[in-house]
Amino acid sequence: MIRSEILRDIAPILRDQLVVCNIGLPSQELHMIDDQPTNFYMLGTMGLSSSIGLGLALAQDKLVISIDGDGSVLTNLGTLPTIANNVADNYILMIIDNGSYGSTGDQPTYAGMKTKLEKVAVACGCENVVVCQDLDTGKVLQAAIDSKKMTVIVVKCDSGNIKLPVITMDPVVIRDRFMKAVAS
Amino acid sequence: MSIDKRIVDDLVANHVSFITTVPCKQLAGVIDEVEARPEIFHIPSNNENEGMGLCAGAWMGGKRPAIIMQNTAIGVTINTLATLTQFYRMPLPMLISYRGELREPVACQVEMAVHTKALLDQLHIPTYHFHKESDADELDAILKYTFMCNKPVAILTDASFWGGYGDQ
Repeated sequence: MIRSEILRDIAPILRDQLVVCNIGLPSQELHMIDDQPTNFYMLGTMGLSSSIGLGLALAQDKLVISIDGDGSVLTNLGTLPTIANNVADNYILMIIDNGSYGSTGDQPTYAGMKTKLEKVAVACGCENVVVCQDLDTGKVLQAAIDSKKMTVIVVKCDSGNIKLPVITMDPVVIRDRFMKAVAS
Repeated sequence: MSIDKRIVDDLVANHVSFITTVPCKQLAGVIDEVEARPEIFHIPSNNENEGMGLCAGAWMGGKRPAIIMQNTAIGVTINTLATLTQFYRMPLPMLISYRGELREPVACQVEMAVHTKALLDQLHIPTYHFHKESDADELDAILKYTFMCNKPVAILTDASFWGGYGDQ
Protein backbone atom coordinates (compact mmCIF):
# COMPACT_ATOMS: atom_id res chain seq x y z
CA MET A 1 0.00 0.00 0.00
CA ILE A 2 1.04 3.60 -0.52
CA ARG A 3 0.44 6.38 2.03
CA SER A 4 -2.84 7.60 0.55
CA GLU A 5 -4.27 4.05 0.71
CA ILE A 6 -3.27 3.80 4.38
CA LEU A 7 -4.88 7.16 5.17
CA ARG A 8 -8.07 6.04 3.43
CA ASP A 9 -7.97 2.82 5.43
CA ILE A 10 -7.55 4.51 8.83
CA ALA A 11 -9.73 7.59 8.17
CA PRO A 12 -12.61 6.18 10.29
CA ILE A 13 -10.22 5.90 13.26
CA LEU A 14 -8.68 9.34 12.72
CA ARG A 15 -12.08 11.00 12.33
CA ASP A 16 -12.77 11.24 16.07
CA GLN A 17 -9.24 12.29 17.09
CA LEU A 18 -7.13 15.42 17.01
CA VAL A 19 -4.71 14.92 14.12
CA VAL A 20 -1.66 17.01 13.27
CA CYS A 21 -0.78 16.13 9.69
CA ASN A 22 2.54 16.50 7.95
CA ILE A 23 3.27 19.05 5.22
CA GLY A 24 2.62 18.41 1.56
CA LEU A 25 0.92 15.34 0.14
CA PRO A 26 -0.04 13.73 3.49
CA SER A 27 -2.12 16.80 4.44
CA GLN A 28 -3.54 17.09 0.93
CA GLU A 29 -4.53 13.42 0.98
CA LEU A 30 -6.13 13.58 4.42
CA HIS A 31 -7.94 16.77 3.42
CA MET A 32 -9.35 15.07 0.32
CA ILE A 33 -10.21 11.77 2.03
CA ASP A 34 -11.94 13.11 5.14
CA ASP A 35 -11.63 16.81 5.92
CA GLN A 36 -12.45 17.42 9.59
CA PRO A 37 -12.13 20.42 11.93
CA THR A 38 -10.09 18.07 14.13
CA ASN A 39 -7.38 17.95 11.46
CA PHE A 40 -4.53 20.46 11.62
CA TYR A 41 -2.98 20.62 8.17
CA MET A 42 0.59 21.78 7.95
CA LEU A 43 1.03 23.95 4.86
CA GLY A 44 4.73 24.53 5.48
CA THR A 45 7.50 23.98 8.02
CA MET A 46 8.74 20.50 7.20
CA GLY A 47 9.64 18.41 10.22
CA LEU A 48 7.48 19.94 12.93
CA SER A 49 4.38 17.73 12.90
CA SER A 50 5.71 15.66 15.79
CA SER A 51 6.66 18.76 17.79
CA ILE A 52 3.33 20.53 17.26
CA GLY A 53 1.51 17.33 18.22
CA LEU A 54 3.59 16.84 21.35
CA GLY A 55 3.06 20.44 22.46
CA LEU A 56 -0.67 20.03 21.92
CA ALA A 57 -0.78 16.74 23.85
CA LEU A 58 1.14 18.24 26.77
CA ALA A 59 -1.17 21.25 26.92
CA GLN A 60 -4.52 19.44 27.17
CA ASP A 61 -6.00 16.01 27.81
CA LYS A 62 -7.47 14.86 24.49
CA LEU A 63 -5.66 12.27 22.42
CA VAL A 64 -3.40 13.71 19.71
CA ILE A 65 -2.10 11.79 16.71
CA SER A 66 0.78 13.29 14.75
CA ILE A 67 1.04 11.88 11.26
CA ASP A 68 4.63 12.22 10.14
CA GLY A 69 6.90 10.84 7.46
CA ASP A 70 10.33 9.26 7.59
CA GLY A 71 11.87 12.19 5.72
CA SER A 72 10.26 14.73 8.03
CA VAL A 73 11.38 12.90 11.16
CA LEU A 74 14.91 12.83 9.77
CA THR A 75 14.65 16.61 9.26
CA ASN A 76 13.79 17.09 12.96
CA LEU A 77 15.51 14.09 14.52
CA GLY A 78 15.91 16.00 17.79
CA THR A 79 12.18 15.53 18.31
CA LEU A 80 12.56 11.89 19.40
CA PRO A 81 14.57 12.57 22.60
CA THR A 82 12.15 15.36 23.48
CA ILE A 83 9.19 13.01 23.02
CA ALA A 84 10.90 10.25 25.01
CA ASN A 85 11.70 12.52 27.93
CA ASN A 86 8.34 14.31 28.10
CA VAL A 87 5.90 11.44 28.22
CA ALA A 88 2.34 12.34 27.24
CA ASP A 89 0.12 9.27 27.32
CA ASN A 90 -2.39 11.08 25.12
CA TYR A 91 0.12 11.25 22.28
CA ILE A 92 0.74 8.95 19.33
CA LEU A 93 3.40 9.64 16.72
CA MET A 94 2.65 7.70 13.57
CA ILE A 95 5.54 7.76 11.12
CA ILE A 96 4.55 6.61 7.66
CA ASP A 97 7.86 5.22 6.51
CA ASN A 98 7.94 4.73 2.76
CA GLY A 99 11.68 5.33 2.54
CA SER A 100 11.26 8.35 0.32
CA TYR A 101 10.53 12.06 0.18
CA GLY A 102 7.10 11.67 -1.41
CA SER A 103 6.10 15.30 -1.86
CA THR A 104 9.22 16.17 -3.81
CA GLY A 105 9.23 13.22 -6.19
CA ASP A 106 10.10 10.12 -4.18
CA GLN A 107 13.80 10.74 -3.72
CA PRO A 108 15.17 8.08 -1.32
CA THR A 109 15.63 8.92 2.38
CA TYR A 110 18.27 7.40 4.63
CA ALA A 111 15.39 5.66 6.44
CA GLY A 112 14.93 3.67 3.25
CA MET A 113 18.60 2.72 3.35
CA LYS A 114 20.57 1.83 6.50
CA THR A 115 18.78 3.97 9.11
CA LYS A 116 15.96 2.37 11.07
CA LEU A 117 13.77 5.01 12.71
CA GLU A 118 12.24 2.48 15.10
CA LYS A 119 15.72 1.77 16.47
CA VAL A 120 16.47 5.48 16.67
CA ALA A 121 13.26 6.01 18.64
CA VAL A 122 14.15 3.22 21.07
CA ALA A 123 17.70 4.54 21.44
CA CYS A 124 16.27 7.98 22.21
CA GLY A 125 14.30 6.47 25.08
CA CYS A 126 10.83 6.05 23.59
CA GLU A 127 9.22 3.21 25.52
CA ASN A 128 6.42 2.02 23.25
CA VAL A 129 7.70 1.70 19.72
CA VAL A 130 5.70 -0.47 17.32
CA VAL A 131 6.64 -1.36 13.76
CA CYS A 132 3.90 -2.53 11.45
CA GLN A 133 3.19 -3.24 7.84
CA ASP A 134 0.79 -1.04 5.88
CA LEU A 135 -2.11 -3.49 6.01
CA ASP A 136 -2.01 -3.65 9.81
CA THR A 137 -1.97 0.12 10.41
CA GLY A 138 -5.60 0.41 11.54
CA LYS A 139 -5.31 -2.47 13.98
CA VAL A 140 -2.04 -1.19 15.45
CA LEU A 141 -3.29 2.40 15.67
CA GLN A 142 -6.46 1.34 17.45
CA ALA A 143 -4.41 -0.77 19.88
CA ALA A 144 -2.19 2.24 20.61
CA ILE A 145 -5.25 4.42 21.24
CA ASP A 146 -6.73 1.77 23.55
CA SER A 147 -3.42 1.35 25.43
CA LYS A 148 -3.52 4.98 26.68
CA LYS A 149 0.27 4.95 26.53
CA MET A 150 2.42 7.27 24.48
CA THR A 151 3.30 5.27 21.39
CA VAL A 152 5.52 5.69 18.37
CA ILE A 153 4.27 3.69 15.38
CA VAL A 154 6.48 3.17 12.35
CA VAL A 155 4.36 2.08 9.39
CA LYS A 156 6.34 0.42 6.62
CA CYS A 157 4.75 0.95 3.24
CA ASP A 158 5.40 1.46 -0.44
CA SER A 159 6.60 4.67 -1.99
CA GLY A 160 4.18 6.41 -4.31
CA ASN A 161 1.76 9.27 -4.68
CA ILE A 162 -1.58 10.16 -6.18
CA LYS A 163 -2.33 13.38 -8.02
CA LEU A 164 -4.41 15.83 -6.02
CA PRO A 165 -4.81 19.56 -5.54
CA VAL A 166 -3.12 21.72 -2.93
CA ILE A 167 -5.09 22.89 0.11
CA THR A 168 -6.42 26.38 -0.53
CA MET A 169 -8.06 26.86 2.88
CA ASP A 170 -6.64 29.87 4.69
CA PRO A 171 -4.16 28.85 7.41
CA VAL A 172 -5.90 30.99 10.03
CA VAL A 173 -9.19 29.22 9.21
CA ILE A 174 -7.50 25.82 9.56
CA ARG A 175 -6.02 26.89 12.88
CA ASP A 176 -9.15 28.57 14.21
CA ARG A 177 -11.51 25.69 13.52
CA PHE A 178 -8.91 23.26 14.90
CA MET A 179 -8.61 25.26 18.13
CA LYS A 180 -12.41 25.28 18.47
CA ALA A 181 -12.42 21.50 18.01
CA VAL A 182 -9.67 21.15 20.62
CA ALA A 183 -11.60 23.29 23.10
CA SER A 184 -15.02 21.72 22.46
CA MET B 1 14.21 41.02 43.71
CA SER B 2 16.54 39.50 41.11
CA ILE B 3 15.97 40.30 37.45
CA ASP B 4 15.51 36.58 36.77
CA LYS B 5 12.62 36.43 39.23
CA ARG B 6 11.12 39.66 37.92
CA ILE B 7 11.10 38.33 34.36
CA VAL B 8 9.49 35.03 35.33
CA ASP B 9 6.99 36.82 37.59
CA ASP B 10 5.86 38.82 34.56
CA LEU B 11 5.54 35.63 32.49
CA VAL B 12 3.46 33.96 35.20
CA ALA B 13 1.33 37.09 35.72
CA ASN B 14 0.52 36.96 32.01
CA HIS B 15 -0.50 33.29 32.25
CA VAL B 16 2.47 32.00 30.26
CA SER B 17 2.49 28.37 31.35
CA PHE B 18 4.45 26.49 28.66
CA ILE B 19 8.07 27.52 28.10
CA THR B 20 10.66 25.88 25.92
CA THR B 21 14.32 26.72 26.28
CA VAL B 22 17.72 26.05 24.80
CA PRO B 23 20.68 26.55 27.12
CA CYS B 24 22.27 29.99 27.49
CA LYS B 25 24.76 31.34 29.99
CA GLN B 26 23.12 34.77 30.21
CA LEU B 27 19.63 33.33 30.52
CA ALA B 28 20.66 30.48 32.84
CA GLY B 29 19.14 32.18 35.88
CA VAL B 30 15.83 32.75 34.08
CA ILE B 31 15.82 29.15 32.88
CA ASP B 32 16.43 27.91 36.44
CA GLU B 33 13.59 30.10 37.64
CA VAL B 34 11.28 28.78 34.89
CA GLU B 35 12.15 25.23 35.93
CA ALA B 36 11.40 26.02 39.57
CA ARG B 37 7.94 27.49 39.05
CA PRO B 38 5.02 25.09 39.45
CA GLU B 39 2.83 27.33 37.24
CA ILE B 40 5.08 26.66 34.23
CA PHE B 41 5.64 23.49 32.23
CA HIS B 42 9.29 23.70 31.18
CA ILE B 43 10.34 21.65 28.17
CA PRO B 44 13.92 21.97 26.94
CA SER B 45 14.31 21.77 23.14
CA ASN B 46 17.12 20.36 21.05
CA ASN B 47 16.82 23.26 18.66
CA GLU B 48 14.65 26.33 18.34
CA ASN B 49 12.61 25.08 15.35
CA GLU B 50 11.44 22.17 17.42
CA GLY B 51 10.77 24.60 20.27
CA MET B 52 8.57 26.79 18.08
CA GLY B 53 6.65 23.70 16.97
CA LEU B 54 6.06 22.73 20.60
CA CYS B 55 4.89 26.28 21.36
CA ALA B 56 2.48 26.25 18.39
CA GLY B 57 0.93 23.01 19.64
CA ALA B 58 0.73 24.20 23.23
CA TRP B 59 -1.01 27.41 22.18
CA MET B 60 -3.57 25.51 20.13
CA GLY B 61 -4.08 23.37 23.22
CA GLY B 62 -5.01 26.41 25.28
CA LYS B 63 -1.72 27.31 26.98
CA ARG B 64 0.23 30.51 26.52
CA PRO B 65 3.75 29.62 25.35
CA ALA B 66 7.12 31.34 25.27
CA ILE B 67 10.56 30.46 23.93
CA ILE B 68 13.89 31.35 25.51
CA MET B 69 16.80 31.28 23.07
CA GLN B 70 19.86 33.07 21.71
CA ASN B 71 19.82 35.51 18.79
CA THR B 72 21.70 33.02 16.60
CA ALA B 73 18.41 31.12 16.53
CA ILE B 74 16.84 33.82 14.37
CA GLY B 75 19.03 32.47 11.59
CA VAL B 76 17.85 28.94 12.33
CA THR B 77 14.13 29.63 12.63
CA ILE B 78 13.24 32.10 9.86
CA ASN B 79 11.27 29.49 7.92
CA THR B 80 9.39 28.35 11.03
CA LEU B 81 8.59 31.92 12.07
CA ALA B 82 7.27 32.73 8.58
CA THR B 83 5.44 29.51 7.68
CA LEU B 84 4.13 28.42 11.08
CA THR B 85 4.01 31.19 13.69
CA GLN B 86 3.16 34.04 11.34
CA PHE B 87 1.27 32.16 8.61
CA TYR B 88 -1.17 30.63 11.12
CA ARG B 89 -1.09 33.85 13.19
CA MET B 90 0.10 32.59 16.54
CA PRO B 91 1.51 34.53 19.49
CA LEU B 92 5.05 33.76 20.61
CA PRO B 93 7.09 35.83 23.04
CA MET B 94 10.76 35.18 22.30
CA LEU B 95 13.07 36.07 25.19
CA ILE B 96 16.40 36.30 23.43
CA SER B 97 19.95 36.51 24.68
CA TYR B 98 21.50 39.11 22.36
CA ARG B 99 25.04 37.86 21.99
CA GLY B 100 27.64 39.79 20.05
CA GLU B 101 26.85 43.24 21.47
CA LEU B 102 29.04 45.50 23.66
CA ARG B 103 31.19 43.54 26.17
CA GLU B 104 31.03 40.40 24.01
CA PRO B 105 34.24 38.32 24.35
CA VAL B 106 33.61 35.91 21.42
CA ALA B 107 34.17 37.43 17.99
CA CYS B 108 32.02 34.94 16.12
CA GLN B 109 28.94 36.03 18.08
CA VAL B 110 29.21 39.46 16.47
CA GLU B 111 28.68 37.92 13.04
CA MET B 112 25.05 37.07 13.84
CA ALA B 113 24.54 40.10 16.09
CA VAL B 114 24.98 42.44 13.12
CA HIS B 115 22.21 40.62 11.26
CA THR B 116 19.81 40.11 14.15
CA LYS B 117 17.80 43.33 14.05
CA ALA B 118 17.82 43.46 10.26
CA LEU B 119 16.39 39.94 10.07
CA LEU B 120 13.73 40.68 12.69
CA ASP B 121 12.87 43.87 10.82
CA GLN B 122 12.67 42.03 7.51
CA LEU B 123 10.28 39.53 9.16
CA HIS B 124 8.16 42.40 10.53
CA ILE B 125 8.61 41.04 14.02
CA PRO B 126 8.03 43.64 16.76
CA THR B 127 11.37 43.92 18.54
CA TYR B 128 12.30 45.33 21.95
CA HIS B 129 15.89 45.74 23.10
CA PHE B 130 16.67 45.51 26.84
CA HIS B 131 19.98 47.32 27.48
CA LYS B 132 19.50 48.60 31.04
CA GLU B 133 17.75 46.76 33.84
CA SER B 134 14.95 49.32 33.94
CA ASP B 135 14.09 48.37 30.33
CA ALA B 136 12.56 45.21 31.77
CA ASP B 137 9.80 47.39 33.23
CA GLU B 138 8.15 47.07 29.81
CA LEU B 139 8.07 43.27 29.80
CA ASP B 140 4.55 43.07 31.21
CA ALA B 141 3.25 45.39 28.48
CA ILE B 142 5.20 43.51 25.80
CA LEU B 143 3.64 40.20 26.84
CA LYS B 144 0.15 41.70 26.83
CA TYR B 145 0.85 43.13 23.37
CA THR B 146 2.07 39.76 22.08
CA PHE B 147 -1.08 37.90 23.12
CA MET B 148 -3.26 40.77 21.94
CA CYS B 149 -1.95 40.71 18.36
CA ASN B 150 -1.06 36.98 17.96
CA LYS B 151 2.40 37.63 16.58
CA PRO B 152 5.90 36.49 17.41
CA VAL B 153 7.59 39.28 19.37
CA ALA B 154 11.33 39.51 20.07
CA ILE B 155 12.82 40.72 23.35
CA LEU B 156 16.58 41.13 22.86
CA THR B 157 18.52 41.18 26.12
CA ASP B 158 22.15 42.20 25.71
CA ALA B 159 25.25 41.74 27.89
CA SER B 160 24.93 45.19 29.45
CA PHE B 161 21.42 44.28 30.58
CA TRP B 162 22.80 41.15 32.24
CA GLY B 163 25.80 42.96 33.74
CA GLY B 164 28.50 41.65 31.43
CA TYR B 165 30.16 38.28 31.08
CA GLY B 166 32.15 38.26 34.32
CA ASP B 167 35.75 37.09 34.10
CA GLN B 168 35.75 35.64 30.58
